[in-house]
Amino acid sequence: MTGKIHSFESFGTVDGPGIRFVVFMQGCPMRCKYCHNPDTWEFSGGSEFTAQEVANKVLKYKNYFKDDGGVTVSGGEPLMQAAFVRELFSLLKREGVHTALDTSGINFDRNDENIKELLNLTDLVLLDIKHIDDGEHKKLTGHSNAKPLEFAEYLSEIGKDAVIRHVLVPGITDNDQYLIELKKFIARLKNVKGVEILPYHAMGEIKYEKMGIAYPLKGVNPPEKERVENAKYILRGEL
Amino acid sequence: MNFKAWEGFVGGKWNAEGEVNVRDFIQCNYTPYEGGSEFLAKPTEATLKLWDEILDLSKKERENGGVLDADVKTVSALTSHPAGYIDKALEKIVGLQTDKPFKRALQPFGGIKMAEQALNMYGYEIDPEVKEIFTKYRKTHNDGVYDVYTPEMRRARRAHILTGLPDTYGRGRIVGDYRRVALYGVDYLISCKEKDKANIDGTMVPDKIRDREELSEQIKALKALKELAAIYGHDISKPAENAQQAIQALYFGYLAAVKDQNGAAMSIGRNSTFLDVYIERDIARGILTEEHAQELIDHFVMKLRIIKFMRIKEYNELFSGDPTWVTESIGGMGIDGRTLVTRSSFRILHTLTNLGPAPEPNLTVLWSRYLPEGFKKFCAALSVKTSAIQYESDDLMRPEMGDDYCIACCVSCMRVGKDMQFFGARANLAKCLLYAINGGKDELVKDKATGKALQVSPVFEPISGDGALNYDEVIAKYDQTMDWLAELYVNVLNVIHYMHDKYSYEALEMALHDTEVRRFFATGIAGLSCAVDSLSAIKYAKVYPVRNEEGVAVDFRIEGDYPKYGNNDDRVDCIAVWLLKTFMNKIKRQTVYRCGVPTTSILTITSNVVYGKNTGNTPDGRRAGEPLAPGANPMHGRDCCGALASLESVAKLPYEYSRDGISNTFSITPASLGKSAEAQVTNLVNMLDGYVASGGHHLNVNVFSRDTLLDAQAHPEKYPQLTIRVSGYAVNFNKLTREQQNDVISRTIHSTF
Repeated sequence: MTGKIHSFESFGTVDGPGIRFVVFMQGCPMRCKYCHNPDTWEFSGGSEFTAQEVANKVLKYKNYFKDDGGVTVSGGEPLMQAAFVRELFSLLKREGVHTALDTSGINFDRNDENIKELLNLTDLVLLDIKHIDDGEHKKLTGHSNAKPLEFAEYLSEIGKDAVIRHVLVPGITDNDQYLIELKKFIARLKNVKGVEILPYHAMGEIKYEKMGIAYPLKGVNPPEKERVENAKYILRGEL
Repeated sequence: MNFKAWEGFVGGKWNAEGEVNVRDFIQCNYTPYEGGSEFLAKPTEATLKLWDEILDLSKKERENGGVLDADVKTVSALTSHPAGYIDKALEKIVGLQTDKPFKRALQPFGGIKMAEQALNMYGYEIDPEVKEIFTKYRKTHNDGVYDVYTPEMRRARRAHILTGLPDTYGRGRIVGDYRRVALYGVDYLISCKEKDKANIDGTMVPDKIRDREELSEQIKALKALKELAAIYGHDISKPAENAQQAIQALYFGYLAAVKDQNGAAMSIGRNSTFLDVYIERDIARGILTEEHAQELIDHFVMKLRIIKFMRIKEYNELFSGDPTWVTESIGGMGIDGRTLVTRSSFRILHTLTNLGPAPEPNLTVLWSRYLPEGFKKFCAALSVKTSAIQYESDDLMRPEMGDDYCIACCVSCMRVGKDMQFFGARANLAKCLLYAINGGKDELVKDKATGKALQVSPVFEPISGDGALNYDEVIAKYDQTMDWLAELYVNVLNVIHYMHDKYSYEALEMALHDTEVRRFFATGIAGLSCAVDSLSAIKYAKVYPVRNEEGVAVDFRIEGDYPKYGNNDDRVDCIAVWLLKTFMNKIKRQTVYRCGVPTTSILTITSNVVYGKNTGNTPDGRRAGEPLAPGANPMHGRDCCGALASLESVAKLPYEYSRDGISNTFSITPASLGKSAEAQVTNLVNMLDGYVASGGHHLNVNVFSRDTLLDAQAHPEKYPQLTIRVSGYAVNFNKLTREQQNDVISRTIHSTF
């Protein structure tokens, strides 16, 4: 089967452990204001590849993966093409490649066979929780956070290793009250292997300009180092 | 044989009467080290003070316009100058090229005109008597070459299809086995050479006459080497007795070489593990501490950092930044499976910390997947910190070259004391492709007599018409044009090396080689990726020539897209493999000087800029004058699938066809290398292991820190290829606006945790 793919990165070092081949899927229903890959939004874009073709690309880099590296499927939203990613991961698991899924869980459905099977083939989920407050989540992404949170709980139920990621945006997510709420939520999960704070950056702005879209966070600066440390302290610390 | 100096060493083949076998000495006596860097010592006060004095001289040199002082009268030779010091009381290792530090020597044997021009450039006047002697009475290498050059050779040179030829300067790239001086003492080496000379008798055919003459020159050079040491109050006629004497004797050997020759690359070999044997013996005897062992290495390296030659402006354009390529090869594995890493491999790399980073000596780690993990991590961490190390695949070179080879210059592999090379600069294969299209007419250079495009090669049938270029037709013409170029190129090099041997023979360096030496006949390729992308464009897109009034294709119109080298895409990477093999096979077919073994390299150093300046618009869309990519690198900005895809494309080039090396320069920000300092080191180690496993040969690793980015913002011209890779895409730092640059700079501060 074929999947719609935005691009590939052969030397990913920030999306999962070790050296990772990153597959950026095309298409995402979310419209996060800080998204730095707006060119991955539209489902009509991208190029079609078969799962085998993508697996072959990944396997070219096996020499570099060593003990901790592997493949990360990101996006876009990979769960929107769960059947394709499932087939890709099944091909790669056969070759002993470590698999990571970088997702928001926005279209999670616990009855979806493809998603369930995909998770069986996934070694690590990088789960991006955009905002713990539902109202703020809607403002930030255009969607409720019900599905992402349900997905997080499901991963905990099935004992799937996960790293929670949270983008720190001054004035939007960088608020102690929200961070504490998020920490409380994370503390209930039994599968969390780590929490990563991703400081917001404006590197994506140029893409908006090129695409002729207004940049929603114009004028917002990256968080100060102290605020990043503060968020780390809250999210990683004991309650 | 036995000397008191060898007490405590395990004997073997190396000390049998009549033998010179440094490798065997190392194998019998060295101690592999598999631990970490925790034993290393800080610089001593003397080291810091001495280094401050050197930094001060460097500053004065910069302020003085690039040269602090120059000798205009004394022709450089092993014993030409009295002893010179930086600070005699502090120096553990002594010896300078002239009587003062940073005073450049006068070395006219390569060419008197060049020596004079170089002096004039910096405001000095050559002594009239020296000029007269080297004009009227003593012929130089350069004069010899120009006596013989044919009109066609001169045209090829003028049009820059052949560039950087060592016809106006010393060819370099010859590495004496300087360890022999320390291990055996000069008297023994002289006696061996005298025996070799006595063995060459019988009918005096020209080769034998030359061999006997060269051996006489070598013996004279060895005698002068002893005198050089004596000028500094040292006696190196006998084997060195301790570590300090060993380093000093080895350095005198090297110093003699740079007094004798101003070769392009004056590399020093593979010394740290050899010296380790002496250092460990002294430590075991209780006469040396770790601190003082490091001090000896630091002082030795300081001397190597201040090697300087007087160069003309054009040379600096080719190889910018006053480089000398004092390449020291470090690490690697033995053929018996033991690592050749010793504590002194760490010590010499530790100079980057004790003295701060520097381009020289050109510290080259011979990388193997089987190196001890502690050493791998130590190297990677130093690369992240200093960007000063280059890596070459020991796993690729060891099967052919054994475990006692070194790297000359950047990527040229030679067995120490057993191989030499005739350095061959490079042919511009991108320009050659334009010649194929234009029937050998140059796209930029005009014929002085007619004002029309210069016909460089004999007249070939050009590709005519205004239709899209046909791939098969272009390939057929390219093949034919490369036939012409390969023959001409080798002929030019034959002339150069004949004359270099005749008028500027490297007697001292060759005295530190076996008499029966293997000679590599090196050639080189420039513009590989540009030629490859051009061919890919012709094959996969539609490329229409745009002709001037003479009918010469001076530009190209491209319709459609094409696969680009650097993305691990076999459709185009196989063109690169084809081009390398084709060119090398044509070189192999030629008759080369002194029965050399023909090789080629894909290495431009910084000369890719000059080659690009002299190459017109190319069918890949590159504009006239824009730089070619360095070495075997993809054209800048065209590798868009991430770092590993780029590495994999380069790793496909078969080393067997490019035995003189395949250079790849890689730049990355610390943040893109990994999220933590630990991850950066592990990722770099895994990247190097992977590249080596894929058959990659060489990698320059640049890891730029925030400070570098700030510097790049202020001086963008120094960083033409600084790439910022963020998850998902890559950007050229120079192409960002100032605000975006600031953003990147702040991001690397804030997001790294």
